[in-house]
Amino acid sequence: MKLESRVPSGPVAEKWQRRRDEIKPVNPANKRKFSVIVVGTGLAGASAAATLGEMGFRVKAFCYQDSARRAHSIAAQGGINAAKNYQNDNDSVYRLFLDTVKGGDFRAREANVHRLAEVSMAIIDQAVASGVPFAREYSGYLANRSFGGALVSRTFYARGATGQQLLLGAYSSLAAQVAAGTIELHPRCEMLDLVVVDGAARGIVTRDLVTGKVECWVGDAVLLCTGGYANVFYLSTNAKGCNATAIWRAYRRGAGFANPCYTQIHPTCIPQTGDYQSKLTLMSESLRNDGRIWVPKTPGDNRPPDQIPEAERDYYLERMYPSYGNLAPRDISSRAAKRMCDEGRGVGPGGRGVYLDFAESIQRLGRAVLVDRYFNLFEMYERITGEDPFKVPMRIYPAPHYVMGGLWVDYNLMSTIPGLFVLGEANFSDHGANRLGASALMQGLADGYFVIPYTLAGYLTSTKLKPASTGQQEFRDATAEVEERTKRLLAARGKRSVDAFHRDLGKIMWEKCGMARTAEGLREGIEAIRALREEFLRDVRVVGEGNDLNPELEKAGRVADFFELGELVCLDALTRNESCGGHFREEYQTAEGEAKRDDQNFCHVTVWEYAGEGKPPVENREPLEFETVKLATRSYK
Amino acid sequence: MRLTLHVWRQKGPNDKGRFATYELADVSSHMSFLEMLDVLNQDLIGRNEEPIVFEHDCREGICGCCGMVINGVPHGGQRGTTVCQLHMRHYKDGDEIVIEPWRAKAFPVLKDLIVDRSAFDRIVQAGGFISARIGSAPDANGMLVPKDSAELAMDFAECIGCGACVAGCPNGSAMLFVGAKISHLGMLPQGQPEREARALAMVEAMEDEAFGACTNYRACEAVCPKEISITAIAKMNKDWRRAFLSGGRVSGKRA
Repeated sequence: MKLESRVPSGPVAEKWQRRRDEIKPVNPANKRKFSVIVVGTGLAGASAAATLGEMGFRVKAFCYQDSARRAHSIAAQGGINAAKNYQNDNDSVYRLFLDTVKGGDFRAREANVHRLAEVSMAIIDQAVASGVPFAREYSGYLANRSFGGALVSRTFYARGATGQQLLLGAYSSLAAQVAAGTIELHPRCEMLDLVVVDGAARGIVTRDLVTGKVECWVGDAVLLCTGGYANVFYLSTNAKGCNATAIWRAYRRGAGFANPCYTQIHPTCIPQTGDYQSKLTLMSESLRNDGRIWVPKTPGDNRPPDQIPEAERDYYLERMYPSYGNLAPRDISSRAAKRMCDEGRGVGPGGRGVYLDFAESIQRLGRAVLVDRYFNLFEMYERITGEDPFKVPMRIYPAPHYVMGGLWVDYNLMSTIPGLFVLGEANFSDHGANRLGASALMQGLADGYFVIPYTLAGYLTSTKLKPASTGQQEFRDATAEVEERTKRLLAARGKRSVDAFHRDLGKIMWEKCGMARTAEGLREGIEAIRALREEFLRDVRVVGEGNDLNPELEKAGRVADFFELGELVCLDALTRNESCGGHFREEYQTAEGEAKRDDQNFCHVTVWEYAGEGKPPVENREPLEFETVKLATRSYK
Repeated sequence: MRLTLHVWRQKGPNDKGRFATYELADVSSHMSFLEMLDVLNQDLIGRNEEPIVFEHDCREGICGCCGMVINGVPHGGQRGTTVCQLHMRHYKDGDEIVIEPWRAKAFPVLKDLIVDRSAFDRIVQAGGFISARIGSAPDANGMLVPKDSAELAMDFAECIGCGACVAGCPNGSAMLFVGAKISHLGMLPQGQPEREARALAMVEAMEDEAFGACTNYRACEAVCPKEISITAIAKMNKDWRRAFLSGGRVSGKRA
């Protein structure tokens, strides 16, 4: 597998302009001759489809939801970063770039991160122009707040529903293009395979989720904007339908998979209550601006929180990381919470929880200010737990939330398959080993609004593609394979439900490949996943038919792919003999329990190449060079 | 707790449908309503029966996928709560619960509790946007928005497009949904240039679908999980009237 990062030469701040200068735009009259397939309509997909449609390309957009407006970007609560420096607190493109490289524990590609910081400002401009009602100051100017991993206030927000408002902005632009006839929209339609012709991505195979009809679609390029795979853990903050099938099928067709072990466990989620639990709910990290995290000093202290005096509380983040305090990055905060609970100081049922306490802020700022800032979050917490955070501290615990790993892409967002582009969370590029808060929305929209319109044009003007049609052998073969897989899942007629298997897979992943990993545990994990997968294929029970609206069948296909992906996540974690960001190997830590990175041996992207059914994947490496930021141990103390 | 559920089962758009009754023995009060249905579905799968299909995705009240009529009330009647955030602590041992899909002519049932809400998308496509060419926007602080306007716009923008307003309305009217979009964009300075055309186009598209008219029952705002105020409808009517009286045009024809 050849990994050409295609990063332009020159100083980091000039690279993106250089690339744009090199790219030959598509003649306006020729744009409508090109057709582009966009899979997924979250921030990355909706913004890409809308932008490309507006430019004049013929776009076909697909999503599994009943409407393009429902993709899981909608659930992002806290905000979106941009280096506007509206607060006059010495923010800059360089500082956002620096924070993101450092936050990612020096495992991201510098040039990509710099580009992200450069276009961050235009995203806010575009969002405001399209009607996103961001929070304002009394002056009418935009308001900002702080987020973890940064010492400046650069996060723009719309109450606790920033993702919703940004997605509705992108969705409305997409709707305008549907009306203009440049986008053909296919909701309730799930991509089940990629079609590669003469080495280039030329189409996809989909299943209509209402009728079960399997169909092929041809394009000059395919854009995967299908989000992350945190549902490999079963319990995560992702929507129930989030899945890895599109990127996994692309991997099996030759796209390299980068850093699958970089999974983000978010520190502030509502703890699990029972075995029936179907998902975990995030409480925005923005709450850490005004909430203080603590546990009792004494293990086993199960007095109610209001009866534990100040002197007997341990505000452990403030103690361990005095300069960032409660705003320490996610990976660090999550591990610290786990450590407290492992020491027997966890709170709530089962002892897997820590307090997020607003008492001091209520006293200092008054209830009204907190209502203004967090009302919908407080309300959501009360609805789920039955407890009022104005009276009792919230209980929180880490949960799988986001994945930094994904399909490998070059600087142009193209995977190792020419013509296959990957945007947003589905790719691996910008967040390294740990994503900072309010950076996911930024990356999704950067890729869709401001990167792909340029780099896709570059691909189309520099590539000669032969006409393709669904009648070609490659399309027929891919369709037959999809139908065969569906048939096999229905035919098993076993004893256990898809959810039962998914839950078991999640348990293995969480125990062996969660917040703390060991070589031995990972080996056990891989064995356990293999055994469970075999049982799944033999014993899964999918009730219902293939030619019908059948969510059990949809889930079965997704879980089948999660089994294979889960194994790769463990293998990647086992191969990376260091701790960095969201990947923490117990063997590699300092005396104080902090992550010990190994830049000598692991300052690279691990890219896995599919080698065929039952064969071990091939490991490839893209070395990471830090020309601008000096490699250093991350410190938030 | 023990519960008896009467759930609407319908094989497809052409099936007449019927209620089926299920007994649940051991429901925890910590469960969400959808988790309770998950447990029932696991039982059904165990008995080789087709599980009840219902729409759901984020399960945190924001994607707008889920929606069912519970004991006659869309989303179950807890103030400002989608069905995915409704918890079983609001029910007690021995309760009987009737679960139906949205009932509205404009939202045909696809299967069991899943309906087709694509009419909403078509209305947005008719004009529920600001056509700001991507890449051409000026600096975001170049356009000031008074805090109160931004807050009010946000009140309307919070609509999740679930369709409860239509399901709750005796007329099956979509005016709260349409009004919320028109009010959100109409409250903001950047929404002004297309304000009149937007109102005309969206109202026209709404009337092309099978929605009814508003007769001020106010059931929509009572069941809206985002508690969107019926003033959205007043604002919509005002914008439409102004556009109509000033001779506004939609897609080349006179309104």
